[in-house]
Amino acid sequence: MSRDAILSRIRRSLGVAATDIDRRATVSDRLMRPPRGLIPKRGQLPPAERTRLFAMMAERVNCTVARVADAEAIPEAVADYLRGRNLPAALRRGADPRLAALPWDGQPQLAVSVGPSDGQDMVGLSHAFAGVAETGTLVLVSGEDNPTTLNFLPEYHIVVVRAEEIEGDTETVWDRLRRVYGKGVMPRTVNMVTGPSRSGDIEQTILLGAHGPRSLHILVVGGQD
Amino acid sequence: MQLTSPAFKDNAAHALHDPNLQKALGHVEKGFIDKRKAAADRLPEFEALRDRARDIKNHTLAHIDLYLEAYERKVIASGGHVHWAETAEEARAIVLDICRRLDARTVTKGKTMIAEEIGLNDYLEEHGVRPVETDLGEYIIQIRNEGPSHIIAPAVHVTKEQVEADFRRVHTHLATDRDLTEPTTLLGEARAVLRREFLTADVGITGANFLVAETGTSIIVTNEGNGDLTQTLPKAHIVLASIEKITPTLDDVAQILRVLARSATGQDMSCYTTFSTGPRRPEDPDGPGEYHVVILDNGRSAMLGTEFQDMLRCIRCGACMNHCPVYHSVGGHAYGWVYPGPMGSVLTPSLVGVDKAGHLPNASTFCGRCESVCPMRIPLPKMMRHWREREFERHLNPAAARWGLGLWAFFARRPKLYRLATGVAANLLGWLGRRAGGRFATMPMAGGWTKYRDLPAPEGRTFHDLWAERLARQAAKAAKSPAPASAAKGH
Repeated sequence: MSRDAILSRIRRSLGVAATDIDRRATVSDRLMRPPRGLIPKRGQLPPAERTRLFAMMAERVNCTVARVADAEAIPEAVADYLRGRNLPAALRRGADPRLAALPWDGQPQLAVSVGPSDGQDMVGLSHAFAGVAETGTLVLVSGEDNPTTLNFLPEYHIVVVRAEEIEGDTETVWDRLRRVYGKGVMPRTVNMVTGPSRSGDIEQTILLGAHGPRSLHILVVGGQD
Repeated sequence: MQLTSPAFKDNAAHALHDPNLQKALGHVEKGFIDKRKAAADRLPEFEALRDRARDIKNHTLAHIDLYLEAYERKVIASGGHVHWAETAEEARAIVLDICRRLDARTVTKGKTMIAEEIGLNDYLEEHGVRPVETDLGEYIIQIRNEGPSHIIAPAVHVTKEQVEADFRRVHTHLATDRDLTEPTTLLGEARAVLRREFLTADVGITGANFLVAETGTSIIVTNEGNGDLTQTLPKAHIVLASIEKITPTLDDVAQILRVLARSATGQDMSCYTTFSTGPRRPEDPDGPGEYHVVILDNGRSAMLGTEFQDMLRCIRCGACMNHCPVYHSVGGHAYGWVYPGPMGSVLTPSLVGVDKAGHLPNASTFCGRCESVCPMRIPLPKMMRHWREREFERHLNPAAARWGLGLWAFFARRPKLYRLATGVAANLLGWLGRRAGGRFATMPMAGGWTKYRDLPAPEGRTFHDLWAERLARQAAKAAKSPAPASAAKGH
């Protein structure tokens, strides 16, 4: 069998035995207790400054960022954004209870549909699992709440992230993911998104809007000083 | 991909006289180098992170069998399938079997170098499955019927005007008078054409930048979002990865990610870093129903434990070729296979044999820029030297080169004789040179050089003489006025 042939060739090349207990202990220890690497200082800031860094880094990679005082203000902020871009007052979102609970009826002109995208939606709305201040990155997880297709098929993607869920670095997000999903368990898809889709494949000129969204708008909820 | 590495010299000569290629290659030198440097300079910990990244991969390679086993267990636990392939043929057959079982007609593909390595597209096409490349660069070279010329920018050898001509030739359903002069209109057209393919494909194939043993996850790092549409929309997602993509934990991945995008495109992070674990779950409203990982060896396990093991640290960022003067001159196709530039000059002989790819490790000036920018600190020049040694041991070089090297080695092993001989030669050439006006327009046995330019004549003394004199001068100066120790290092 190819599996055994490959593994035994590896062991022959390395000059090790499959039964070596010390090697097995080293490996299982690293998997059980992942050692923390070197964390850059850039994101290691108190909460208010961390949120500001997140917004600045996201804008640097062509996101737009708006801050709202609390979740109640999201529908209005979304409607403002659509108007400001001359977009139709319609969007699609996932079943996320944090989005479902919002006062959408305060924006009666806004048509909100729920579910995964089939490619016909101009605007998608998602709720992020976390943000990473170091690089202005959004972390989105798949599941019934936030379909992955909404992250990629719409032309415009609006993402809500709570200020208190913006961490300094990716490693801290992994800690939370392990707490929420269990050690060694992942949702089907975790998307780290850093800016709208782009390509440099024609003469190394960077252009926005390759296959994913052309625009990425982030609503940071709370954490205002 | 058709192997043309044995014809490297002809390929290179051809490349040097291709005006379109030379124009396109200008973008490599201009674009990548400054962006990488700026990104590295913005992160004070960058150099220390390179050390970390190197150490993580060294640890992984020393335990790679166990991490692969742990990874496999996790994939199975999350409902996915792991297939092991010793060879390219085996990997192709596995992919075709999955496609046939699902009755697939069209497969979309994210960018994967492993698919290029195993020649997947031609094979699928021969067996009635239509592969559609969805990365813009890969799409361009697919419709041009070419292989990639760069590992992260596969169409870097193509000019905008050539892309326009190719789109007009292939997209015949669109109005002929449409304006395609700007890159943005070309991108828009590709987006529209490929969107239909995404939505109707039966199977999606991607590569992997990492396989995570802790969680059974495969990771792709992209900018366009095509890889995500490729793997999310069809019935099945097939991941093609070679054994050395394995990485222990999510924390280890986070470390390496910090050097990957910076080294590749000068971004802090690529737009999309996507972690996929198993097929869609019962509660998921979207995602692929099946998830398969094909783990390919294809010669890599034999590199472990040899002087080429360090090459398996490579994360395919492309920094080595972006900084390589040889790559800048001849582009990627001249190297004659999937992997060009310095990393290809080391990897290709390992995978296809030094008898076929021996020219590649010789096509280097040993300037060392590749090693100086490699995020994984792979000693590329040293390994190219190892290949040259193996080539010599196996009597693969031409007789004249072997004879010349033998002669040089005879003298190099006898330092006194070496100095005497070089002293005589330098004196003689200096004397002749002064009569010839300081330059030689022709020279026996150096016709390859003097055909294109004059050879400057030595001035009559050897490097050893000059160096000894310089040391003596410095010693005399130091004796006169004692300086701090550090000042002596200033050359």
